[in-house]
Amino acid sequence: MNSGRKLRMVLLGAMLGTAASMNLASAAEPPLKVGLLEDVSGDLAFMGMPKLHGSQLAVEEINKSGGILGRQIELIHLDPQGDNARYQEFGRRLLNRDKVDVLIGGITSASREALRPIVDRTTTPYFYTNQYEGGVCDASMISMGAVPEQQFSTLIPWMVEKFGKKVYVIAADYNFGQISAEWNRKIMKDLGGEVVGEEFIPLGVSQFAQTIQNIQKAKPDWLLTINVGAAQDSFFEQAAAANLNLPMGSSIKVMLGFEHKRFKPPALNNMHATANWFEEIDTPEATEFKKRWHAKFPDELYINDMGYNAYNALYMYKALVEKAKSIKLEDMRKVIATGDACIDAPEGKVCIDPKSQHTSHRMRLISVGPKHEVKVEKDYGTIQPYWLGEIGCDLTKKNDKDQYTPSHLPNKS
Amino acid sequence: MSAELFSLFYQFADVFAFLILSAAGLAIVFGMMGVINMAHGEFIMCGAYVTVGLVNLGVPLAIAQILAALTAGLIGVLVEFLVVRRFYKRPLDSLLATWGLSLIVTQSMLLIVGSAVRGIGTPEGSFAIGGYTFSTYRLVLFGCAVAVLAGLYIIFMKTRFGVIARATMQNAAMAKALGARTGRIYAISFGIGTGLAGLCGALYAPTMTLIPTMGATFVVESFVTVVIGGANVLLGTAPAAVFLAMIRMALNASYGQIIGQIGMLVAVILIIRVLPEGLSSVLVRRGR
Repeated sequence: MNSGRKLRMVLLGAMLGTAASMNLASAAEPPLKVGLLEDVSGDLAFMGMPKLHGSQLAVEEINKSGGILGRQIELIHLDPQGDNARYQEFGRRLLNRDKVDVLIGGITSASREALRPIVDRTTTPYFYTNQYEGGVCDASMISMGAVPEQQFSTLIPWMVEKFGKKVYVIAADYNFGQISAEWNRKIMKDLGGEVVGEEFIPLGVSQFAQTIQNIQKAKPDWLLTINVGAAQDSFFEQAAAANLNLPMGSSIKVMLGFEHKRFKPPALNNMHATANWFEEIDTPEATEFKKRWHAKFPDELYINDMGYNAYNALYMYKALVEKAKSIKLEDMRKVIATGDACIDAPEGKVCIDPKSQHTSHRMRLISVGPKHEVKVEKDYGTIQPYWLGEIGCDLTKKNDKDQYTPSHLPNKS
Repeated sequence: MSAELFSLFYQFADVFAFLILSAAGLAIVFGMMGVINMAHGEFIMCGAYVTVGLVNLGVPLAIAQILAALTAGLIGVLVEFLVVRRFYKRPLDSLLATWGLSLIVTQSMLLIVGSAVRGIGTPEGSFAIGGYTFSTYRLVLFGCAVAVLAGLYIIFMKTRFGVIARATMQNAAMAKALGARTGRIYAISFGIGTGLAGLCGALYAPTMTLIPTMGATFVVESFVTVVIGGANVLLGTAPAAVFLAMIRMALNASYGQIIGQIGMLVAVILIIRVLPEGLSSVLVRRGR
């Protein structure tokens, strides 16, 4: 009894001692605050969870290896639950009250566009970590995901060549789906193809019997599926049950929504996508990365590209801060302007383009087989995010704070 | 031509089945009993998850679906006993209580089961007419919807329990004075309602993505159908579903899903404006 109490006292003393010394160390260098907004509840939770995990893994690794500029990172995660108003409220809270040094996150393009004006009022850098419909020309935002010139300009010509010139589009009815469909129209027109049908579907719709028949009536050669969310994903199961049996292409399926893991084969058979990351990549760097991830999160169903990009975002932030030797956005942007803002990611080397502040990616075209096995059909190597620069966005000279699309181009001045 | 006609029927049957199956349980709980059950979608989710869980354990689909409906029904009886019973005289508070229950259940499912569950796949079977191919299972759903309506008719119109239940809903004090065990009647009726919600989830489980918030995709349609239908489950819900399915099917086919959804909700607003008591008020008056 007595010795037990003694032991406890010693342990307590030791704990207090280490706690005190840790306090001293951190008092000298307060941690960098990273604000993270990711959905881990609500309709998109299954995609958002890997984003939180990727961020947690990167923070843990960076902290273990000495932090950024010798400072530890403190991750402050809030869950906006898929609600754009909450994205704004929590964004304000992180920026104004918690005074985070960097803001990361947002799932849908709607949530990103809800956040961006709030970020633009501050001098805090903001990392958006999803693939998206492209076109945001904003000095406060650094985009880590792939964009249409990396995804659609590769996928659509390949699909046209392999399956034919007639495409039918089913798209989620909000900015991502609408602008992606616009990209498809533009690329199909350039290729001399035909969009035989376009259907925009409200988020939350889960019944597709009519859509399936509209598709059969239009007789396309292949489908472009840019439907979003768990409810709309029911399309795949219902189309398979009705024996629709058409080749499909997408910029978000498989690597992002891991439908091939969530649906019973062969619902996703004959799906194609171009991606900078999918869990089936088996290069040594990717395998090593997957091993670390699954060691920390053994229950992860799939490491999706959003989660992977979220992981990279923190390393990119670290690289920018350490090259700039500053946590100020303007100093970090000077590094970006040199074109030397690169990291060695699990996919290979990726760099931030100075004009658009979007990221170069190594793109691969993948297909899904009848047993939901994933195969690489074509490796495009590294593709630059060139489109914004070509149409006249140059953030090293001018901050447009706008989102451009093929039908909304910058004014020629 | 016949292919086009069958296609129209198939689309109507598909929307009708969705409306009836998602609304049948609510028609009893909300339409008859007056409990604004915001957790209706969570009973649907419960049916879906139990079905998938049992199928993954090797139980045949049809048996899993029946067991799932029974599970949702039993949980419903329990919920009635623990929560809903206290709110019969305070319908607006029942809204808050069941909404709270719904939040707790979705969040707990997210924490315990995770954000996504692998689907079990729709039973094989499709057939072709003209240039179209159809899933056989969707017709099974339509058959189930018709069977549910027939079952409700028999339970509430042809059995002793049905007579007492309807008496209890109309005038609980009088029914009690005449010797009906109203407490038990309420519990069983609520259980039938949630059991039907569970059946809806069980039937749609193979065709959908399972996530904890999946019930939400059914809730709007189910409330709309019940509100349009009015207080009488049999004379209200079925015609309401026919009416809404016609509108939605026609608009979906000609103008796409967005207009289909908007059109259906506009029709709902118009009907509530013209017939605040719902379709059944007209039909019942005609009947007398």
